Amino acid sequence: MELIFEISKPGRSTADVSASDVPIVNIDDVIGRQYLRNDLDLPEVAEIDLVRHYTNLSRRNFGVDLGFYPLGSCTMKYNPKINENVAALPGFTGLHPNASDEFAQGNLQLLYEMQKYLCGIFGMAEFTLQPAAGAHGELAGVMMIKKYFESKGQIRPTILIPDTAHGTNPASGALCGFDTITLRSNPEGGVDIEHLNSLMTEDVAGLMLTNPNTLGLFERNIEQVAQIVHSKGGLLYGDGANANAFLGKTRPGDLDFDVIQLNLHKTFATPHGGGGPGSGPVGVSEALVNYLPVPRIVKNESTYSWSANFPDTIGRVRAFYGNFNVIVKAYTYICSLGAEGLTRATEMAVLNANYIKEKLKPYYDLPYDRVCMHESVFSGNRQVAQSGVHTSDIAKRLIDFGYHPPTIYFPLIVPEAFMIEPTETESKETLDAFCDAMIAIAQEAKENPQRVKDAPLSTPVSRLDEVLAARKPDVCWKR
Amino acid sequence: MSKSNPTDRLYSKDHEWVKDNGDGTAVVGITDYAQEMLTDIVFVELPPVGKKLAQGEPMAVVESVKSVSDVYAPVTGEIIAVNKTLEETPELINQDAFGEGWIAKLNLENVAELKSLLNAADYDALIKEEKH
Repeated sequence: MELIFEISKPGRSTADVSASDVPIVNIDDVIGRQYLRNDLDLPEVAEIDLVRHYTNLSRRNFGVDLGFYPLGSCTMKYNPKINENVAALPGFTGLHPNASDEFAQGNLQLLYEMQKYLCGIFGMAEFTLQPAAGAHGELAGVMMIKKYFESKGQIRPTILIPDTAHGTNPASGALCGFDTITLRSNPEGGVDIEHLNSLMTEDVAGLMLTNPNTLGLFERNIEQVAQIVHSKGGLLYGDGANANAFLGKTRPGDLDFDVIQLNLHKTFATPHGGGGPGSGPVGVSEALVNYLPVPRIVKNESTYSWSANFPDTIGRVRAFYGNFNVIVKAYTYICSLGAEGLTRATEMAVLNANYIKEKLKPYYDLPYDRVCMHESVFSGNRQVAQSGVHTSDIAKRLIDFGYHPPTIYFPLIVPEAFMIEPTETESKETLDAFCDAMIAIAQEAKENPQRVKDAPLSTPVSRLDEVLAARKPDVCWKR
Repeated sequence: MSKSNPTDRLYSKDHEWVKDNGDGTAVVGITDYAQEMLTDIVFVELPPVGKKLAQGEPMAVVESVKSVSDVYAPVTGEIIAVNKTLEETPELINQDAFGEGWIAKLNLENVAELKSLLNAADYDALIKEEKH
């Protein structure tokens, strides 16, 4: 397919602009020569060519509305269309972000109620909706932990991160100036309690734990983990990336977490990936409420207002209060499912993941063979040993079968990992068809490994030379 | 299969090799086993010449198609030279990890540290164990 630049012809455009009847301003004078480029080299195309170009591109895209998308750890669940309808209401889209409180009562109420809903679902004392996405929420959460110890006059230079953690955890810790220390997993895939005991001292600010972890396994010793961290005065941080596994079943607050960051775009079904911005609310226990970012929404009798009058706050973490439109969609999701619906969604997500796990177990190595939560992690080790077919080959072959490949090579402690998260909305027929494809590929890897290594075979773009692309990237089109 | 580990040098548990030049300097790189585990290396971030590193501190970064990994200084010392050709041709590490793919040369601060490293036979045993 040609690039839009390649179909460009000088002088073509999608519209004729009539002659201007306002005085012409010299752009050099108003902006300044030094800020202007001589040549923008924008493509010039007719409307029909423009429409065809982008329609063709969009037809080569893949999304959850087109097919099964079991991208582990990303929770690519179906995004109900009612969320979009509600978020498009003019009362939500038309309000100016700088409108004063009295003109924004409805929207402030929604944000306030959303915080209360999240407090209820996660068992936390208070929530902020300000962070723009998951990693931003992590950063805000770790900033609060830092501030907590500063205000107590304690110097705690390190933070513990399990070896199964998302890469953003050590990054957030390091951005806040902590040295990160890796905490080992035990053979069952949980926290190595002995190792935690040896690392947890009064120099350690806390532990950043994802529960269930990135192996899709619930931390069986979570109460003991919390007790060890707290006994040394540390704080327990929860990465809510995998919250889809426990909504309605357990609450981080009840498990003694001090901070939890969520990804509304995962757990609460708002579009992400290429589909929209994220939203990373952070919930805290009583101990940390004073450090929440400002402004906060305050309810007075029956009205709502912004307040920045919280002297211990970490300050502002974003120009405006979160990605509002995303929050409206997540709010709609919570309202339309209700408490029962959220719990049932959790049950189905876990059931679906276990169904796939059991069905594929005879064909692929399963390094941690126990009941999983919302996702399961396999290894392609057997295929590598049998015929040199790697997990990346299997993933690319899946594209030929019409599926988005699962997450691969993560978590790092599983060699040749592939991590399947089906989510709750998929039917048994879809899960069966996907498993059949995975089983067919396992068979092919034995009988005709070259076919798997050459995949994808049916896509508009064939297999890329990833090494060449990384070593000699060529991403700018030149005429 | 990885190449055999030369006996003229020492090894760290983190898969770096150190070759003592006998004149107070040493050359450092990653082992052939390490490059094999990393797969195709696409970028190497080299330390600045003159940088002082303690044993075990991150010295360089190697990025492969699969992952980004730190290379740790196997001994304490000051960087006196780096293998600039890796900036353009990082694949040298894949092709010749023990030779052309060397990463840095450093001044040995504490020769006694060499005793904490593994010889080729011990390192053979270590990677044999890791493979299981």
